[in-house]
Amino acid sequence: MNAAKTFKRPDGRKVDEMRKMEAKVGVVPNADGSASFSFGDTIAIAAVYGPKKMHPQHQQDPAKGTLRCNYNMLSFSVTDRIRPGPSRRSTEISKITQWALEPVIMIKKYPNMVVDVHIHILQANASTRCAGINAAILALAHAGIPTKELVSSVSIGKLDKQLVVDLNKYEEDWEEGEGATDIPITMTNSGKVTHLQLDGKITSKDLKEAINLASKASKEIYEVQKKALKDSLNIK
Amino acid sequence: METPKLTAKRIEEYLKEGKRFDNRKPDEFRDIVIEKGVSNNAEGSVRVRLGKTEVLVGVKMGVAEPYPDSPDKGNLMVTAELLPLSSERFESGPPKFPAIELGRLIDRFIRESKFIDVEKLCIKKGEKVWSVFIDIYSINDDGDLLDAAGIGAVCALKMAKIPKYDSKNEQVLFGEWSDKKIPLSKEVPISITAHKIGETMVVDPTREEEDISEARITIGGTPEGIISSIQKGNSKELSVEEIHKIIDLTEKTRKKVFSSIEKSLK
Repeated sequence: MNAAKTFKRPDGRKVDEMRKMEAKVGVVPNADGSASFSFGDTIAIAAVYGPKKMHPQHQQDPAKGTLRCNYNMLSFSVTDRIRPGPSRRSTEISKITQWALEPVIMIKKYPNMVVDVHIHILQANASTRCAGINAAILALAHAGIPTKELVSSVSIGKLDKQLVVDLNKYEEDWEEGEGATDIPITMTNSGKVTHLQLDGKITSKDLKEAINLASKASKEIYEVQKKALKDSLNIK
Repeated sequence: METPKLTAKRIEEYLKEGKRFDNRKPDEFRDIVIEKGVSNNAEGSVRVRLGKTEVLVGVKMGVAEPYPDSPDKGNLMVTAELLPLSSERFESGPPKFPAIELGRLIDRFIRESKFIDVEKLCIKKGEKVWSVFIDIYSINDDGDLLDAAGIGAVCALKMAKIPKYDSKNEQVLFGEWSDKKIPLSKEVPISITAHKIGETMVVDPTREEEDISEARITIGGTPEGIISSIQKGNSKELSVEEIHKIIDLTEKTRKKVFSSIEKSLK
């Protein structure tokens, strides 16, 4: 733990300190629900349309509704322009987002229907999928889709040997020592894991500690999300 | 054909008693059969069988420009095709999500483990580097294509020989091989996927078992216990204790799988 005290993060944050978070509900008037969420310079907006009848008809599921997520980065959200349109990466993150949200969404209530969630990254500085998930769950709640609880998503990092919360881009490219390990985790408010990914190099002991850190960080994010929802309804 | 509900129920009942239809224990892999040399035109190629599951993995190489952010490193490309030949569930046409995910999972598994020493694949900094293409094809899907593909990728890389390169004319002499192998690290990474079926954690599921799995976690790492890639799949939440259990289960399984494929890696 001494190492944690002396460890210097490039932007001066403490190892367990998140970037400034901002959440706002109701940012796209046309949508049935919408929200934005940011971790420092990483900004995501999400809009929900539905439940509506699933087209094409052969994709209708009479047993339950369908949650359809679409994650996209705007071409100018990163330093090197991204070619617009879906990529293998965005296709995967879309699916990961759906998996992260589905456990808390009571989608069973909408047979033959679809709920569309559109997520766009306006400005990227790492942890974009986490910001997207955090915005998406707010937009779903705002749209009035029955939700058992909120989910909160955070990226835990390991820089050389030190675990830190909420990686930024500079830290993601860390090269000293063991380099950077990026561990995006999404948890429900009751502490269940709905999404877990990892790239890098880590022991199972440190990985377990990282999940522990994520569970603490997700409580902080939850407060920001809860406040945004309350604010949108003018509840104190 | 999807797995009927009645079969699903029976699989879960069996697992409660620690049993499976094919007499395996929940943490037991099927026998792994590896055949080297599917195509003698490939730099390296293998056929991997896990029971009735079968995949082909081939490695081809080429010379290309490096990516601007890694001017002195070779390139890695992994693609996967789920052939309609291998299951009535797969259709031809542009790749759907399961094929995209399979390719990306194996890509990250190989890349993040640093198994390939990409810096040694540089020919001329900023201008020419070797590209390594790993292509995965399913031949028969009876579950756990993911782990079979991971084993195949590692074995195909291990046997691959670099083609001859005519540096004067800057041309690859395809079909002629140098005696050089692809530079690889000593630690061999293994990717293992654990599934939650009912309340039981299972490895190497058959098609029927995989169908009713509610959540899976794929972990790539070395038998020595270093983890380098993880992905959770499917829409079911897991408790932190369950994830700890999966971390331990996959670590144990990596060791077992490594020792059973070790001689194929020579």
